[in-house]
Amino acid sequence: MAAPTRIAAFVTGLVCLATSALAESGDVEAGKRVFSKCQGCHQVGEEAKHRIGPHLNGLFGRRAASHDDFRYSKSFRRAGTGGLEWHAETLDTFLENPRSMASGTRMSFRGLKDAGDRANLIAYLRTFSDDPANIPEADPTARGTDHDLEPTILALKGDPEYGEYLSGECVTCHQASGAGNGIPSIILWPEEDFVVAMHAYKKKQRKHPVMQMVAGRLGDEEIAALAAYFGQLNE
Amino acid sequence: MKLNRRAFLGTTAAAAGTIAAPVVLADGHSKPRVIVVGGGAGGATAARYIAKDSKGEIDVTLIEPTRTYYTCFFSNLYLGGFKEVSDIGHTYGKLAASGVNVVHDWAVGVDRDARTVSLAGGASLPYDKLILSPGIDFVDGAVEGWDLSSQNAMPHAYKAGSQSELLKAQLVAMPEGGTFVMVAPPNPFRCPPGPYERVSMVAHFLKNNNPTAKIIVADPKPKFSKMALFQEGWANHYEGMVDWIGEDFGGGNVSVDPAAMTVSIDGEETKADVCNVIPAMKAGRIAELAGVTDGNWAPVNAADMSSKADPDIHVLGDASQQGDMPKSGFAANSQAKVCANAVRGALTESKVFPAKFSNTCWSLIAANDGVKVGATYEATPEKIAKIDGFISQTGETSDVRKATYEESEGWYTGITTDMLG
Repeated sequence: MAAPTRIAAFVTGLVCLATSALAESGDVEAGKRVFSKCQGCHQVGEEAKHRIGPHLNGLFGRRAASHDDFRYSKSFRRAGTGGLEWHAETLDTFLENPRSMASGTRMSFRGLKDAGDRANLIAYLRTFSDDPANIPEADPTARGTDHDLEPTILALKGDPEYGEYLSGECVTCHQASGAGNGIPSIILWPEEDFVVAMHAYKKKQRKHPVMQMVAGRLGDEEIAALAAYFGQLNE
Repeated sequence: MKLNRRAFLGTTAAAAGTIAAPVVLADGHSKPRVIVVGGGAGGATAARYIAKDSKGEIDVTLIEPTRTYYTCFFSNLYLGGFKEVSDIGHTYGKLAASGVNVVHDWAVGVDRDARTVSLAGGASLPYDKLILSPGIDFVDGAVEGWDLSSQNAMPHAYKAGSQSELLKAQLVAMPEGGTFVMVAPPNPFRCPPGPYERVSMVAHFLKNNNPTAKIIVADPKPKFSKMALFQEGWANHYEGMVDWIGEDFGGGNVSVDPAAMTVSIDGEETKADVCNVIPAMKAGRIAELAGVTDGNWAPVNAADMSSKADPDIHVLGDASQQGDMPKSGFAANSQAKVCANAVRGALTESKVFPAKFSNTCWSLIAANDGVKVGATYEATPEKIAKIDGFISQTGETSDVRKATYEESEGWYTGITTDMLG
């Protein structure tokens, strides 16, 4: 079922090359490789669900910030209310510099400066848009977060009040408003993602030296407390 | 009675660390009152956190003479041309709007028995807890020939603002091929990498505007913070421009003549076109006036930053003598949160959590060439003790250095927002 869809997209791409419709001139396979930059936060494909960022199925033609079950930044909600819809052109602008369209977005991504990368990525995302049911089971594209943590650690319910106190150490760099330049936003993450990320720093699987140092001395309860606090922080 | 009570409380606080004795509010008023002196990284953060977290249960007054606060952090980037002076200036309006009573005046005295702070404007304000975060002043006679009356001829630029602008103006006006001399301070001092980041930023400016100019640094120390990183950067970006004269070569044997604009280093006289004198430092004067200093600094208990001389006074940041943390804005901000939590716990029924401290200091060596050093700390009965740390490595890729610089910009926005709202 999916193969024809993709071929169709590819053929359309060839046809449209001359008319400079960016999204349709991209290479789907190359776009899949570009998507590796996105999949730390976004899932797409059959089992895709919201993680740090919303899932990206059915993106084309959709109004921005329109999933009721995802907590968007104020900035994105405003953009959606203002009529921003996702099409090749708007995605191209957004992907080049996310802050150009939603200055307060929590998407901590500097942007794709290479127009070819953007075109390929847009072509790839396009394949998940017409009808997500078309994505074949044998071809999963969404990569789940790597959960090698003890289930007991993931099951811990953190104390947000303790998390609020501990958060003092975080907000010297990570702004409580969710704004971020040079330092990513850490608010409103699903608690599980937050916990997984902090334990990855603690185990030095993630590389950043400041974060390894900070996470290194946090206990399981403390990480759970921070996840609980930042997970519910209002902008 | 008063002496006994003080002695008793002092012992208890020192022994128990975090457990505060029940507070008897001054002159029977209902709401506890906290006065914070000094609106920098320590004081502004403490005021904001106490006001924010006590949700109106505590009256917080911040006493700060200046209406615009210029951050010392990033003031070197202004000298280098990477920031405008307006980028490092901040007002206290948001702090006032968030419930802190901001008083622009000088605190000129503390009556510890009456628990009042007197202001230059004549007022006397009562407190239940006093937080002193006055930053630094300079030790008299630290550099022979220099005193505050010479700071226009030979600026220190180690309290940001007009002094930074003066030093920048002198740098811009330097004659072609001129000489910039820095007299560096002895330990301990505010911002350990600060003088060397400044050398880097001055070198950056001169390389682009006055490439035959020279920089001489007279340093009373044998080594300094991030030394290998700075020296690598100076060799890479500013080859032959920087002459660092350390203790071994007489860098501590210095006198200046501000009228003649000469500097004598180990007996050899040099004519300076710009001379940046950074004298030895001590706690801001109000700490001494309050009687909480011992020597140049104010000793504190690590668990809550309370003064070892008075349990109702806390001392934050550069002015405090706490142990292993460097005197930095990041450290003061970190200490302020521990202090705010302890003060709130002592004055209301809020939970007191164990102290945790951390610090990271970023420095810029050249465009997009950022480095950092950091550590975590814990409170022990003796001091704030270092647990773990890291430092940027020599030979890092330009991508890593660029990311480090971008991170420092994110941190700047983060900490100024955390301090001032």
